[in-house]
Amino acid sequence: MLAQQLLNGLFLGAVYALFAVGYTLVFGVLDILNLAHAAIFTAAAFAAFSLASAAGVPLPLAFLAAAALAGILGILLDRVAFAPLRARNAGTLVPLISSIGVAIIIGAVLRGIYGVDERHFTAGGLDTAPVIHAGPVTFTTVELTIFLAAIVLMLVLSWILRATPLGRRIRAVAEDRVAAALLGVNLEWTIAATFFIASSLGGAAGVLTALRYNSVTLDMGGPIELKGLAVIILGGMGSVTGAVIGGFILGAVETLAIAYGLSEWRDAIVFGVMFLLLVLRPTGLFGKRALRAA
Amino acid sequence: MQTLLDFYARHSRLIDQIGVNAILALSLSVSLQAGQLALAQAAFMGIAAYVSAILALNYHWPLLATIVVAVLVSTVVAALLAYPVRRLRGVFLAIATIGFGEIVRVIANNLSITGGAEGMSGIPNDATTPVIYGSLAVVAVALWLLSRTKFALAVALVREDEYAARGVGIDVGAIRTLSLALGGAIAGLGGALYAHASFFITPNDFGFARMEQILVWCVVGGVTSPVGAVIGSTALSILPEAIRFLADYREVTNGIILLAVILFAPGGLSSLWSWRRGARRDPARANA
Amino acid sequence: MLTLEHVSVRYGGVNALQDVSLTVEPSHVLGLIGPNGAGKTTLVNATTGLAPLAAGKVSLDGSRINSLPPHLIARAGIARTYQNIRLFGALDVRANLAAGAYARKARLTKDEIAALLERAGIPGLDLDARAGALPYGDQRRLEIARALASSPKVLMLDEPAAGMNPSETTRLVETIRAIAASGIAVLLIEHDMPLVRAACDSVVVLNFGEVIARGTPAEVARDPVVVEAYLGSGAEALA
Repeated sequence: MLAQQLLNGLFLGAVYALFAVGYTLVFGVLDILNLAHAAIFTAAAFAAFSLASAAGVPLPLAFLAAAALAGILGILLDRVAFAPLRARNAGTLVPLISSIGVAIIIGAVLRGIYGVDERHFTAGGLDTAPVIHAGPVTFTTVELTIFLAAIVLMLVLSWILRATPLGRRIRAVAEDRVAAALLGVNLEWTIAATFFIASSLGGAAGVLTALRYNSVTLDMGGPIELKGLAVIILGGMGSVTGAVIGGFILGAVETLAIAYGLSEWRDAIVFGVMFLLLVLRPTGLFGKRALRAA
Repeated sequence: MQTLLDFYARHSRLIDQIGVNAILALSLSVSLQAGQLALAQAAFMGIAAYVSAILALNYHWPLLATIVVAVLVSTVVAALLAYPVRRLRGVFLAIATIGFGEIVRVIANNLSITGGAEGMSGIPNDATTPVIYGSLAVVAVALWLLSRTKFALAVALVREDEYAARGVGIDVGAIRTLSLALGGAIAGLGGALYAHASFFITPNDFGFARMEQILVWCVVGGVTSPVGAVIGSTALSILPEAIRFLADYREVTNGIILLAVILFAPGGLSSLWSWRRGARRDPARANA
Repeated sequence: MLTLEHVSVRYGGVNALQDVSLTVEPSHVLGLIGPNGAGKTTLVNATTGLAPLAAGKVSLDGSRINSLPPHLIARAGIARTYQNIRLFGALDVRANLAAGAYARKARLTKDEIAALLERAGIPGLDLDARAGALPYGDQRRLEIARALASSPKVLMLDEPAAGMNPSETTRLVETIRAIAASGIAVLLIEHDMPLVRAACDSVVVLNFGEVIARGTPAEVARDPVVVEAYLGSGAEALA
C-alpha cells in the first residue's frame, strides 16, 4: 500500500533530517565534516535510557535532558577537537581526523559504562503503544509522537536561524567568517552555540531512534552516520532546508526499497540515488556551497 | 638470530598486517598528494580481495595470477569511477566516494559468488611475509621512481592550485584520473594480499570503518607524505598491540593518542622531523 | 598574434563582455584599461578558456582556440599572470619555474632558469625559497617568469603592478618592454596610468563590457568618452 509506505518513509525521514541538520550546520559554519556526530547521537540515546529506565525520569523530560546533554557534549567536542586546530589554521582534513578521535573516545566510554549488551527502555508503554488506523494507513502513537517531536525541533531550529540575533550571527559566520568577525560577531561563542544546537538535534535524533525501535546499542550510530552524509549531499551542503528535504527523500527511498522487496539492497539504493544526484547536480538540491577546492 | 626468529614467530601476524597496512596507506597517500580526498580505497581493496579470493578458491589459480587480475580489476574500476566524480572536490568528493564504497559493500553482501554476508573463508594462506614485504618494496620503489617524473610535478601542482595548473598546460582531469587509478591499483594489491593473508574475508572488512582507519593512518603520518603514510600505518598498527596491557582501556587510549597526535602535530608525525627540510621534500623539486 | 572577434560573454543575465574585438600583435604591448567591473579580467578568462563565449571567436595565429579546454589553450602558447597572485605558494621557486615549462620540457637547465629570472627582473633569486614566502614584488615577478618559462606567443599580465611602489613600477615598464621586444605579443591590464603610458604601444578601453575607445595612450587619455567613463574613479589620472 503506497500510502502506508510513504508514511513510513516520512517517519524515517524525519529522524534522518533531524540528524543530518546537525551535520549541515557544522559544515556550513566551519567547513568541517563532524564524524563524532553519530557518537553523540548514540551517547544521547544511552543518556536518555539511563535517565528514564534507571533513574525513573519521565520520558519527555529524559528526552529533553539527553538532548541538552548532547548539546553540551557538542560544545566540549568543539573546544577539545576543533578549536585548537582553528587557531592553527589546520585546514579541513585534520579536524575530520580529530573528530574521529573523539568519536572513538565517546564510543569507548559508552562501552565502559554500559557494556556491549542491547538496552531497552523499561518505561511503560513503548511496546504496547496504541495503534491508530487512519484510513489507508496505520501507525502507533509512539511513531506519531516521534515524528511530531522531530518536526517541532526542526521548526524551532528554523525559527532560531531566521528570527533571532543568534541565528543571524550563525548565518553570518557561515556566509563569511572573516567578514562576520569584522562586523563584531563573537566567533567562538557563535561557533559554540552552533555546536550546541547541532549536537542537541543529533542527540534528539538518537533518543527518538532509540525510542522508535526500543533499542539502545553501541553501534546504533553506524548506519545513520553514513546515511546522514547522503542526506546532506542530496540536500546540498550548508543548506538546512536541503537537509530536511533530503532527509525525507532518502527516508522515502529507503522505505520504498524495503517495501518492494529490495530490503538487502536498500543502502546501495540510497547511496546510488545520492551518487547519481551528485554527479548530475554537484551542489545538491539546495546547495549554497559550490564546489570547493580540496 | 634465534631471538629474532622467536620474535618473528610470536608476532608474524602483526608483522604481516603492518606490511599490508603500509601498502593500503600508500594507496590513499597517492590520492591525497593530488589533493583529492577520494575515500574509495577500502572499496578498491575489497573488490581486489574478492576477485583474488574467488579466483583462488573457485578456480585454483596461483597467487601471482590472482593478484595480477585483482589489481587490474581494481585499477579499471578506479579509473572508471574518476569519470562521474570528475567535477567533485573536497568534501563532496569524499562523500561521493564513501557512497561508492557503501554500494560496493552492499553488492558484496548480496551476491552469492562473494559468499554474501558470511563472506569467503578458506582462502589459501600463501601471502607470506616475504611476499607482502616484497610487494611493499615494489610499490615503494615504483612510487619513488614516479616521484622523479613530470607526473609527480603535475600532481603537486594540481594539489596546490588547480587553476594555475591548467594555466601552465596541465590536463587536470587526466591527472586526477591517473592518480585515482594508481591509488586503485595499490589498494588492489593490498586487498589481494589481505585476502591471502587472512583466513576469511567479509564485506564489513572493507567498509567505512576500514576507510576511516586508512585515512587516520595517512593523516597521522602526514597527509601529503608517502613516508608519513607508512609511518602512520605502522605506528597505529603497533599501537593496539603495544597498549594491549591496558585491556579495557585500549580503545579509549587509542582515541586519546589519536587526538593528541593530531592536536600537537597537525602536520602529522612525519612533519616532526622533516621540519627543517620543509618544502624541499616536495616531489616537485626533484624535477626542477 | 591573438585575435578576438566580436566576443561576448554572459554571466547570468548580465553581458560581461559585448561584441569585443581586438588584436594583440607580436612585439607589441596592448594595454587594456577601464573602470572596475568593465570586463577586463573576464576578457582574459574568456581568452584562456575559463569562461565560455556566448558569441564570437578567439584565434591564435589564425587558428580558432575558443572551444579548446584551458590546458590546451595554454599549450597553444598563451600564458598569463593573475590579478590575485596564483603562484604554487608551498613549492619553491625552482618548482614554480618548472611548472611554467611543464608543457614544453621536463627539465630546465641552469642557464634557462637564470635567463628567465633575468627577463623577469629578479636575477639571483634564491631558487630554494618557498614561493609564498617571497616579498610581494618578487612574487609578482616570479609569476611573470613562470609565464615566460613556457616560451609563450602571447603573454597576458593581469594588473602586475598592483601593490608596487613607483620605482618598482618603473622597473616593471622596462621588463615588459623587453619581453615584447623578444617577439611576444603582450596584453597588459592595468589601472596604473603612468605604467600604461610608458609601457603600451596602444590601448583599448573597456566600459561595461564594451570597447569605448582605441588608440595610443596619449590619444585615449584625451578622448572625452574615456574621461567620462573614468569620471567617478579619478579621471585626473588619465591626463
